[in-house]
Amino acid sequence: MAIVELRFSALPEHVRTARLVAAAVARRAGVDEAVLDEVRLAVGEACSRAVGLHVGHGLDTPVRVALIEEEKKFSIEVGDAAPTATAGAHGSTAPAPASPTADSEEAESEMGLAVISGLVDDVEVIADDKGGLIRMSWPVTPEPVLP
Amino acid sequence: MDLSLSTRTVGDRTIVEVGGEIDVYTAPKLREQLVELVNDGSYHLVVDMEGVDFLDSTGLGVLVGGLKRVRAHEGSLRLVCNQERILKIFRITGLTKVFPIHGSVDEAVAATD
Repeated sequence: MAIVELRFSALPEHVRTARLVAAAVARRAGVDEAVLDEVRLAVGEACSRAVGLHVGHGLDTPVRVALIEEEKKFSIEVGDAAPTATAGAHGSTAPAPASPTADSEEAESEMGLAVISGLVDDVEVIADDKGGLIRMSWPVTPEPVLP
Repeated sequence: MDLSLSTRTVGDRTIVEVGGEIDVYTAPKLREQLVELVNDGSYHLVVDMEGVDFLDSTGLGVLVGGLKRVRAHEGSLRLVCNQERILKIFRITGLTKVFPIHGSVDEAVAATD
């Protein structure tokens, strides 16, 4: 198992960096080229959401991203430090036509989870009083692309 | 890549040409542009997304907000997009039912329904 970890201050401009790093590591791990767009979008959604939660809670701690390369799968974990905000969120995110009020922050967060749920087959959302974690996994092809 | 925005008028329609990445960092610029257009009396908007490389839910939220604003003036907000990876995000979120999505600016400008 190989791992790349990233921690960044909860600022919107760093979310793009997280997307780029995640896509590079996923490619290196052997995630199918056709799926890389989904990886990029999903990690961006998870990080945007975490940034929003940190800003909303006035937290100055960084957002954590772990990119984990395993034998048959590639996983991304995005952790926030916002207490219990995501409890029970997964499974209740069936995509629904957005109402005209969807430009509120909360609706954006919900839409972010809806996008992740729609994109990623293997996704888990955990939350407790210390923060939330979104864990997403994709299968990898047997022979990783060499750098 | 950052976000690029330009606007032009065709008849009673205002075309907003968007390029680059629409995400949590750049979406506020698009929001400002749409709000400004509506405040200036442009109520029939066509957002051309052919030059967009990346769109996330923050961008979707801004487009929905734009739609809400033009509808308050009995206006319209149409999208131009042929890119499968962008269209997929609209499908996943059910927003293909909310936005009229056209294959070209000409088609969007001609649309009246």
